[in-house]
Amino acid sequence: SAVLNVDLQTDAMLQVDISDALSERDKVKFTVHTKSTLPNFKQNEFSVVRQHEEFIWLHDSFVENEEYAGYIIPPAPPRPDFDASREKLQKLGEGEGSMTKEEFTKMKQELEAEYLAIFKKTVAMHEVFLCRVAAHPVLRKDLNFHVFLEYNQDLSVRGKNKKEKLEDFFKNVVKSADGVLVAGVKDVDDFFEHEKTFLLEYHNRVKDASAKSDRMIRSHKNAADDINRIASSLYTLGTQDSTDLCKFFLKVSELFEKTRKIEARIAADEDLKLADLLKYYLRESQAAKDLLYRRSRALVDYENANKALDKARAKNRDVLQAETSQQLCCHKFEKISESAKQELIDFKTRRVAAFRKNLVELAELELKHAKGNLQLLQGCLGILKGNT
Amino acid sequence: RHASSFTPSPAAMQPTSLEQVQATAEPNPLKTCENLSSMNTFLMPLEEEEAKDSFDVDVAVTNPEKVGDGMNAYVAYKVSTRTSLPMFRSKVFSVRRRFSDFLGLYEKLSVKQSLHGCIIPPPPEKSVVGMTKVKVGMDDPSSVEFVERRRAALERYLQRVVSHPSLLQDPDVREFLEREDLPRAVNTQALSGAGFLKMINKASDAVNKMTIKMNESDTWFEDKFQEVENEEQQLRKLHVVVDSLVNHRKELCGNTAVFAKSLAMLGNSEDNTALSRALSQLAEVEDKMEQLHQEQAASDFFIFAELLGDYIRLLGAVRGCFDQRMRAWQRWQEAQSTLQKKREAEAKLLWANKPDKLQQAKEEITEWEARVTQYERDFDRIGMTVRKEVLRFESFYLLLTLIVFQLIKFWEAFLPEAKAIA
Repeated sequence: SAVLNVDLQTDAMLQVDISDALSERDKVKFTVHTKSTLPNFKQNEFSVVRQHEEFIWLHDSFVENEEYAGYIIPPAPPRPDFDASREKLQKLGEGEGSMTKEEFTKMKQELEAEYLAIFKKTVAMHEVFLCRVAAHPVLRKDLNFHVFLEYNQDLSVRGKNKKEKLEDFFKNVVKSADGVLVAGVKDVDDFFEHEKTFLLEYHNRVKDASAKSDRMIRSHKNAADDINRIASSLYTLGTQDSTDLCKFFLKVSELFEKTRKIEARIAADEDLKLADLLKYYLRESQAAKDLLYRRSRALVDYENANKALDKARAKNRDVLQAETSQQLCCHKFEKISESAKQELIDFKTRRVAAFRKNLVELAELELKHAKGNLQLLQGCLGILKGNT
Repeated sequence: RHASSFTPSPAAMQPTSLEQVQATAEPNPLKTCENLSSMNTFLMPLEEEEAKDSFDVDVAVTNPEKVGDGMNAYVAYKVSTRTSLPMFRSKVFSVRRRFSDFLGLYEKLSVKQSLHGCIIPPPPEKSVVGMTKVKVGMDDPSSVEFVERRRAALERYLQRVVSHPSLLQDPDVREFLEREDLPRAVNTQALSGAGFLKMINKASDAVNKMTIKMNESDTWFEDKFQEVENEEQQLRKLHVVVDSLVNHRKELCGNTAVFAKSLAMLGNSEDNTALSRALSQLAEVEDKMEQLHQEQAASDFFIFAELLGDYIRLLGAVRGCFDQRMRAWQRWQEAQSTLQKKREAEAKLLWANKPDKLQQAKEEITEWEARVTQYERDFDRIGMTVRKEVLRFESFYLLLTLIVFQLIKFWEAFLPEAKAIA
């Protein structure tokens, strides 16, 4: 048909990224930059400013759209959370009197670096969400998405009020209750049965691995902090005098400082390559589970419609109505099944590729750090031995 | 597993080997030390280097055993002595002692010897929490660790006591090492770590309240006292952080192990076999890293923390020593002023012409003159001893050097393994 031809012809470019971000006291403003050859946009390149709530609005509009029931909705980015970091900076400010100037400057630099890292992460996660939508053959055409990208005024999407939040809560409760019922039903289709078993197990294990990787990385950061304080202490001891031994202390303090930097970087890399990866796939596997849930719901509706039709035929009443209803349910179910199959296959491909990329990068980084650490120690040892 | 004697790594192209450096350095801090006891030789008197090497007296604390049940239970240690000194009943012997016996020894020694201005090695700290756990059962790993730490600390304590020439002569020390049944020490509450500090601080307060301030012609004492106080403060801070690091490393071990298992499970459910294999391998790597972390936590900073703790306690004792000297001075001054008063009284009596009272006054004067001379001699003697003892502690920096070399040695051994994993 004509519509299909247009789609095939316009393998149009749609490139979205977050070109800038501004952190204000209690919100972050993202500059969403779009480059596109799609005809429905007024220009080929343009930018708008969006806040977190507007991303959530877009995500929810996908979830609530019946047309998209058969797709894995890209998971919403988590809310930017600077509370912990801000609290630490505040505590540092309060404790300024009780530490030396060097200690204060060093800790301030540390905390600022941490703040910056969190900021970069939240930008990345919002960007990934938009890129996933832009890459999806159907979702990229969504009208709300285009409005999100192009409309250069405030979208005026306030956060959900209490009533709406309560409604959401109950919806989720119903869904999980249903989910249990649905999970219990064995699917006729082998592919989906296998996917269901796999996803349930995978999701739980990813959740577990994610929580444990967070704990491990936090311990690593704590150890790096301690080494930092040891370095400061040794530095103070070393500056008390100018004897050879004090000079030695200063060198040792430097060694600890460098070791700490390496340990901190290792922790940061693990965080980025492993922890973030696990967190993202936790959310994506949940989205995939939601898809399976929607399909199961559609199947249940279809089966109920079948039963209703049989009853109607038996009683010879409202048969046409029942037939139409049954046909609709059948159509909906088959449509979801078809797209779900493709979506789940794509999910696996994406997942394997992402894990492979991140694990390889992580291994390379750890190797680089280990080499760096070895070189550092050899160098320092040389200097220290030379000194005695 | 500890790396044995230090060898420069093959990749390092250092012209001098550590052995060469050792030959020129003096005293010899760069001996390879395999364990805490050897490192402990550092905190022993320098002039005892020869004595140490010839092992006049060698003590060991071993075989901790739980005696009794319930809350009255205690741990008994075997104290073994090997000596060539004639004052002991035999060359090799051993007795069983409990923790309060060690504290009792310290109490007896500090009553006597601190008057002479020498530094009594302080005992390890009492720990109600640690001991209660052990009383309940000695099987869990934290109890085992607590008993081991205590055993090692008691051994270091005894080694320091016997390495001190005047303490070794003390009959209480001999009794502690030799006597089969030692009467139970009472009143050891004051000698917990906190109690010990309180004692030292009380003494310091008394000195501060002295109305007659000492006029130091020799500023060495004032300077050294200040140095010792500063050092103690710095080291306390360092100790707190090192303790924190030891705990965080332990935490990291635990968390890495748990994470490795979780990652292995994830690998199992992944139905793409290449990815599944990769995840399992990563889990294995994480597991190996955990073992290495564990070794690190156990050996390097733990040793540092323990010795640092010992050293801080010793610094406290050094401070106490300075106070003893102040008190000796005060005693001397007071005796001098009493003597002055007696002389004035004698003059008055001479003038009043009371012959029998005069005789008594003359006797008192002679007595006090003797005391003044004695106290002056005491004061000088304590001063000299304090100087000598303080010099010992300047070897601390060498100790720290040694510890750092030990750490570096360990890291050198550790890194190639990490590389092999990666």
